[in-house]
Amino acid sequence: MIAHAIFFYTFSIIAVVSAIMVTASKNTVHSVFFLILDFISISCLFIMIGAEFLGMIMLIVYVGAVAVLFLFVVMMLNVAQQKNQWFAGQQSSKHIPVGLIISTLIFVEVIIVIGGWKYKPEIFDINNSIAQTSISNTHSLGQILYTDYIHVFQISGMILLVAMVGAIVLTFRQRSGVKRQSYIKQISRERAEGVEVLEVQSNKGVKIDD
Amino acid sequence: MEYLSIVFQEVYKILFLLVPVLVSVAMIVWLDRRVWAFVQKRQGPNVVGPFGLLQSLADALKYIFKEIIIPSSSNKVIFILAPIVTMTLALIAWAVIPFSATQVLADINVGILYLFAVSSLGVYGIIMGGWASNSKYPFLGAIRSAAQMVSYEVSIGVIIINVLLCVGSLNLNDIVIAQQNMWFVIPLFPMFVIFFISALAETNRPPFDLPEAEAELVAGYQTEYSGMMYAMFWLGEYANILLMCAMGAILFLGGWMSPIDVYPFTLVPGAIWLILKILLLFILFALVKAIVPRYRYDQLMRLGWKVFLPLSLIWVVLTASYLLYFNLLPVN
Repeated sequence: MIAHAIFFYTFSIIAVVSAIMVTASKNTVHSVFFLILDFISISCLFIMIGAEFLGMIMLIVYVGAVAVLFLFVVMMLNVAQQKNQWFAGQQSSKHIPVGLIISTLIFVEVIIVIGGWKYKPEIFDINNSIAQTSISNTHSLGQILYTDYIHVFQISGMILLVAMVGAIVLTFRQRSGVKRQSYIKQISRERAEGVEVLEVQSNKGVKIDD
Repeated sequence: MEYLSIVFQEVYKILFLLVPVLVSVAMIVWLDRRVWAFVQKRQGPNVVGPFGLLQSLADALKYIFKEIIIPSSSNKVIFILAPIVTMTLALIAWAVIPFSATQVLADINVGILYLFAVSSLGVYGIIMGGWASNSKYPFLGAIRSAAQMVSYEVSIGVIIINVLLCVGSLNLNDIVIAQQNMWFVIPLFPMFVIFFISALAETNRPPFDLPEAEAELVAGYQTEYSGMMYAMFWLGEYANILLMCAMGAILFLGGWMSPIDVYPFTLVPGAIWLILKILLLFILFALVKAIVPRYRYDQLMRLGWKVFLPLSLIWVVLTASYLLYFNLLPVN
């Protein structure tokens, strides 16, 4: 039990400290690296409470894919420089009130959830009727997700698909004057259309059109 | 005191796994160069030790005594962390590889997800190295490799789903035991081919070694590295290749299972069969390196997203409908 506590506190301290460092560090790339550390320690916490499937999916989806894209964007756009200018300018942003409102809302929600859990634990016992301890975590998750909550599951998948298509449609633009390399064209070229043997007359030269 | 003895036992087990893995990584570098040389009718490294077997050891010794140069404009912490991350991630994945029904360091329920997660984290070592070097070539190499590895992971994930549909469990030992009657390479042969090619791309092996394409990017993300840090990148890369071969052997070639279930073959310990299968796959990797020219970058992306992803998705639908129609879905 002591070992369990040691691991729990190690991971949660790392998670909290790196979450603070995400917002505190001035270099944006460092922020993303702290975010990755945060994801990893949270997935360790998931694994510690026995939610191994959730922990691994967290690693694969957030650390393996989402954070890589974050890193990609941050490195490509050179956001670090912009942020530093903003810090130096002492300019207050218009987004601060919005951010404050949203964070207050989230804080109140968290307090309600934790308070309810503390004073009326039986509210949360409804969930326990579904969970069975005899089968593995992944099995029980699959059984719940694909039977009781199949519609919600499918709808969330559709929403993700629509969001993806929407993002592609919004950013897609047909540019003219771009030379594209057609894979099939390149492979199906024959010698006859690529090479031409000409008789070159002296002092006349050959006209080659491109 | 009890805790201590448990900790010592675990450390002993881990050492017993890691030391052979590290030694075989050194050997496999030699094998890679040998196969490459034989395809081109050369001798390859054959001077140090019998058949040149100790060549990698000599190379390692050379790297250890070389100076580690840290560029003055680099981000020093991340620059030093990058090879460590690569190496660690390549080694921790071996914890779940089963060498027989009982010989496995951590027999966890979600073994295949763990393997997939660790192999998808492998990209960080490269991105960190490329970015922290603060130089053009490493940065370009890192960006190329990030895009490439993320793309091919998707198709590897879908291929794993194919296998899991036939197994009904995420445990690696269950996956091996499910292949008792028939290795998955037979019914899922197209998936095996796609897995093999995706594994080449995932480990930045030729013909997909664009992140370190010498002709264009000097040495890609490794350009600024020297001495032992360069060697660690190198070791990590080869450990990753071995890991991919092990993954292929477990998913498609029956893992530690003997190829024929007859008396003299079943006497051979499972670890030997697994090692032989890994070696077979690795020799294929080495042959591909020797005979195939490098891909163009846009073709690499096209292959990943427009060919492999749709194909493997269609195969998921096919496998699922076949299993459902003939009532073969594994239910436990």
